[in-house]
Amino acid sequence: MATDTLAPDTASTPAHTKPARIGLVPTLHHSLALAGRGATKFLRSPIQLVDVVLTPIISLLMFVYLFGKAISGGDPDAYLQWVVPGVMVMTVFQASIGIGVALTTDAATGIFDRFRSMPIARSAPLIGAVLADFIRYAVCLGTLIVLALVMGYRPDTTVPAALAALGLLIAFAMSFSWISVYLGMLVKTPGSVQGLMTILVLPLTFASSVFVKPEGMPGWLQAWSDVNPVSLMADTTRGLLGDGAVASPLTGSLAWMAGMVVVFLPLAMRAYRKNNG
Amino acid sequence: MDYAIRAEGLVKKYGDSTALDGVDLEVPAGKVVGVLGPNGAGKTTTVRILATLLRPDAGHAVIGGHDIAKDPVRVRQLIGLTGQYASVDETLSGAENLVLIGRLLGLSRRDAKARAAELLEKFSLAEAAKRPIATFSGGMRRRLDLAASLVGRPRILFLDEPTTGLDPHARQEVWDVVKRLVADGSTVLLTTQYLEEADQLADSITVFDKGRKVAEGRPGELKRRVGGQILQVRPSMPADVPQVAAILAELSGHTPAEESGVLTVPADEPLLVSAVARRLDGAGLSADELGLRLPSLDEVFLALTGHAPAAPDAEPAAPDAEPAAPDAEPAVA
Repeated sequence: MATDTLAPDTASTPAHTKPARIGLVPTLHHSLALAGRGATKFLRSPIQLVDVVLTPIISLLMFVYLFGKAISGGDPDAYLQWVVPGVMVMTVFQASIGIGVALTTDAATGIFDRFRSMPIARSAPLIGAVLADFIRYAVCLGTLIVLALVMGYRPDTTVPAALAALGLLIAFAMSFSWISVYLGMLVKTPGSVQGLMTILVLPLTFASSVFVKPEGMPGWLQAWSDVNPVSLMADTTRGLLGDGAVASPLTGSLAWMAGMVVVFLPLAMRAYRKNNG
Repeated sequence: MDYAIRAEGLVKKYGDSTALDGVDLEVPAGKVVGVLGPNGAGKTTTVRILATLLRPDAGHAVIGGHDIAKDPVRVRQLIGLTGQYASVDETLSGAENLVLIGRLLGLSRRDAKARAAELLEKFSLAEAAKRPIATFSGGMRRRLDLAASLVGRPRILFLDEPTTGLDPHARQEVWDVVKRLVADGSTVLLTTQYLEEADQLADSITVFDKGRKVAEGRPGELKRRVGGQILQVRPSMPADVPQVAAILAELSGHTPAEESGVLTVPADEPLLVSAVARRLDGAGLSADELGLRLPSLDEVFLALTGHAPAAPDAEPAAPDAEPAAPDAEPAVA
């Protein structure tokens, strides 16, 4: 290293014929460094923190005490056991749509220009943003679990199974957040992203096994609920937390997650490159 | 000659409007080239293309021996960019911003921290290192921004309007830093709206207008072409304007221009001021304003292109973005 702070690195690079590429390992390294930035920003923003703490609290209290009795036909305790895994899926799923909204504003600032003028993977700022949301989902799920336990929720599970459930929930949210990233890169205004994502999230969360058992639904709705990724993930979580089969809904959930990443990550990258040369 | 930047025929269109219309640009290694022009001249578009942020519709460019289109990653390894808008993270501290960049450039955590501390010290930001950028003054932000583009010791530096919106003191600080960089051997492409800035920093100046290069040369050459200083007189009584204009024409040998009661005329020799003052005094005429100034950007443009500068972009300069230097009037009528 040069001794003077401002002196440029003048070591000559030989003229290569093959263009330089950023490999997979450096891409991951850059993405993680940027995820650290995102997580720090989140932890310093009290409003965002309040949002991911309050939303699960309100959802769980509302569904158990307001609708629980009516839906369950008089057994709130049994309903609590049923609905907690579902609300876990719903809240991380809803939290995952925030990313596109945040990126529309972040990508327009000079800092993204700086990242793109550096020799790092072009995808790193987007992947970093998706990974940074780990902390949001963790806070969200942590709040939910503490409240559920206080309310009397008693999962019949083991520590590894419970950790697997939490890991899968976060992976689920991250996979689906690529839709939001894509829309953020496509429409570029925070309000439109929010609106489009709400249209998408409502049928997915309510026409699912989150709140009611699909057996009571009309045939067509039941057919939809059976393939709905939110239902599949809710059933997977229930299974891992001690209530039902795991294998079949897990396979379905993983297929959805893979599908989301395979389709929407490249689309988001393409839209990002198109916006920014 | 060894060129750090060589661009040929760069074209960029946005719909129907042409931002760049076939620009050639050459920057010799170790030199500072200033690109001077009003808003909308294509300065920022040029920098964004050369810094691999934007693809040109036509033309090509080679930076440090690497083609921007074919090998952008190697170009990015050589360059540093300081944009018009501070490209640092508001919620992070100064030190955190620089460490993040060091980490992204492959430094170990320890090396990134050491490099950040070194740069913060050098840019007189050490005391503010732990504060969030949101609390920084405009000049501090710009210095941090410069520091951020230097973490990787770039050989070629793009400074896009580095002092727009800064007060004269902060501007001087940025200039001092740039001068040190150049003394250390960096190649710099600087864009500016201020003639004085290009004059202070650049070895040669390229003038852009409406996406085209309209002139280039050393600052002294351009100044001679522009015609040196301007004598400016504002008669106290508007009714005196014709009489004062006649005196100016007689003494300077040029026909004065008049705009809202102010007369201007090229001052080929400095003694013109006292000659005019004596004549006005003798004729019993008084002036609220009488003095010499350097040509404004408008006048440079008028002289070089034969027309007034292109209208500014849709975003008018904020009041605090108005240059304070007397010779650097904004291109706003």
